[in-house]
Amino acid sequence: MDNLQTTTNHKRNALLLSIIPGLGQFYNKQLLKGLIFLIFSSSFGFVFFEMIGEGFWGIVTLGEIPKLDHSVFLLIDGIIAIIITIMGLAIYAFNLYDAHQNGKRRDLGIAVNSVRKQYHNLIDNGFPYLMITPGFFLLIFVVIFPILFVLLLAFTNYDLYHSPPNNLVDWIGFQNFVDIFRLDIWRTTFFAVLAWTIVWTFGATTLQVALGIFLAILVNQKDLKGKAIIRTIMILPWAVPAFITILIFSGMFNETFGVINRTILPFLGMEGIPWMTNEMWTRLALIMIQTWLGFPFIFAMTTGVLQSIPDELYEAATVDGASIMQKFFSITLPLVIFATAPILITQYTFNFNNFNVIFLFNGGGPAIPGQNAGGTDILISWIYRLTMTSAQYGKAAAVTMILSIIVISVALWQFKRTKSFQEEDMM
Amino acid sequence: MSNKKSKLIRLTISYIIILAVVFIIIYPLLWVVGSSLNPGQSLSGSKMFPDNPSLVHYKYLFDSENSNYLIWYWNSMKISIITMVLSVISVSFTAYSFSRYRFIGRKNGLLTFLILQMIPNFAALIAIYVLANRTGLIDTHIGLILVYVGGSIPMNTWLMKGYLDTIPKELDESAKMDGAGHFRIFFQIVMPLAKPIIAVVALFTFIAPLGDFILARILLRDEEKFTLAVGLYELVAKQFGNEFTKFAAGSVLIAIPIAILFLMFQKYFVSGLTAGGTKG
Repeated sequence: MDNLQTTTNHKRNALLLSIIPGLGQFYNKQLLKGLIFLIFSSSFGFVFFEMIGEGFWGIVTLGEIPKLDHSVFLLIDGIIAIIITIMGLAIYAFNLYDAHQNGKRRDLGIAVNSVRKQYHNLIDNGFPYLMITPGFFLLIFVVIFPILFVLLLAFTNYDLYHSPPNNLVDWIGFQNFVDIFRLDIWRTTFFAVLAWTIVWTFGATTLQVALGIFLAILVNQKDLKGKAIIRTIMILPWAVPAFITILIFSGMFNETFGVINRTILPFLGMEGIPWMTNEMWTRLALIMIQTWLGFPFIFAMTTGVLQSIPDELYEAATVDGASIMQKFFSITLPLVIFATAPILITQYTFNFNNFNVIFLFNGGGPAIPGQNAGGTDILISWIYRLTMTSAQYGKAAAVTMILSIIVISVALWQFKRTKSFQEEDMM
Repeated sequence: MSNKKSKLIRLTISYIIILAVVFIIIYPLLWVVGSSLNPGQSLSGSKMFPDNPSLVHYKYLFDSENSNYLIWYWNSMKISIITMVLSVISVSFTAYSFSRYRFIGRKNGLLTFLILQMIPNFAALIAIYVLANRTGLIDTHIGLILVYVGGSIPMNTWLMKGYLDTIPKELDESAKMDGAGHFRIFFQIVMPLAKPIIAVVALFTFIAPLGDFILARILLRDEEKFTLAVGLYELVAKQFGNEFTKFAAGSVLIAIPIAILFLMFQKYFVSGLTAGGTKG
């Protein structure tokens, strides 16, 4: 349609010339901008050309000569080459877009921006990018890069027997996933770990949430005295660093020397319990410990919400003849749940990945015959075990991918539902 | 009369429950303080109320010829403070951009952050380990700090963006009318109003490295570079029980200052989280 209205076709010419970055800008008589594009892109190509070539060769072949080619390093260099290529393509696309836009302006008879105006435009439109860049750059290298690496690693046979520099790592497609679901030992282990992860996540989290809300309501009773001191004590488990308390508990639950088996249980007239060697008891202990660690956070949140509920609500309900129970179930609980819902759900994802408590309490143990994970290993600690003790890197990466898919789908499902995300004006 | 009686019963039951919970909370904490005062070495001989309490373990920890405890303490403080400063700077930049500007890629950026905050960055621990090896950042504090800062960005950006969204945009617009530049609006108008959430992010990013165990353990090799979490774990794990009282003393020394700091700022935590949580 534009073509019909205009006699010139600067738009197309500029776009075509810009196949060599900068020329389109020269054509549009934006000399400085063109020069910047030209110098920048040619130096970019000059500096990275060889690196990108080698990177792509490396990531495709993962090396050809053992001892000389280090497959894992080649994989890393390959990912870096991909990231750099994407950045280069983005700049190139911007160059084409810019030439096209300014050509269009000229076709329509609007003067292209002067250098001064371009500068102001750059500052105005570029400011948010400028501010995001440092954080985003870091994010690319310490978060996104590792994720890409694991993603790719899941399709290799990187393990103890295929580990550089003495041996090469190869692409094996979906073999790791097939193995996990097909080979007996892997399948048994995977489903045992997954089942316990789910029980753990729901058991421990629900317990800590319920206890936190219950205690907050209990302490919030009007005629209860000593609220301030009680609240401070209730928050203590949250205030002390968790790794310390977990290690302390691990000492207390020690079967032979721990205070629980030696002092507390005999005091109650009970026998010692095999906390560390029987998986069921370890699991029970872990859930109790996580409840101890986790309820204060919910307690503090709920207390905050309770204090913001206006008294008039309860007074009106009393006038209408509502009982204590009715007031609780139709006023207090809905308000608390509504206000803390997003945080409650992050508690579930937190426990799903709660490595510290599992690892520090009993190292994921006790060992169980017939599977290669401990009796209390959850997915994340199993990944750690596969990586650090049995050097099954490829399998560990595959499990990581499965874990990520679970977490991401739950997260997306949850955030799609929350009001805040729908209200967000996402452009 | 019966009303009064039921009130009495309700309160009594409440107090009994609270007392039980308080006991369960306090017991392990008191127990570790008691253990740290036992003159003996091992877990087996330690009592909650030792017969002849002594400060021998505290002396040992402060004796830098025998123990690395002070070095670990210093390492932890250094790492936490640098992480906090760098995180607060980069988080406020990104959160401000996402909250105030509408630019191409904003929606995808926000979505990426949302997903990233759900996956703990140690899930990719193999990658972090190999990458650190490749870049020579293994066994350095810089490497660890960079990983902490990068990992803190997604979640805290969402948190802070939620808060910044509640600061009226009319404020920056009128400042813009008066000729204030981008940086000026950021530093002199929005940031001063965002102090509560900055405090929250600062505390979160200060405490997170202190509580982290897994990344520090993977990246740090040299005992002199350990953080407290790794060092104290080694102390108990090496010969379980045999150095337990020393570990207890070390725990008390780090737990008390953090708990105090935490209790002081606890109100901010709650308000910051609920504000950011319900909105963003």
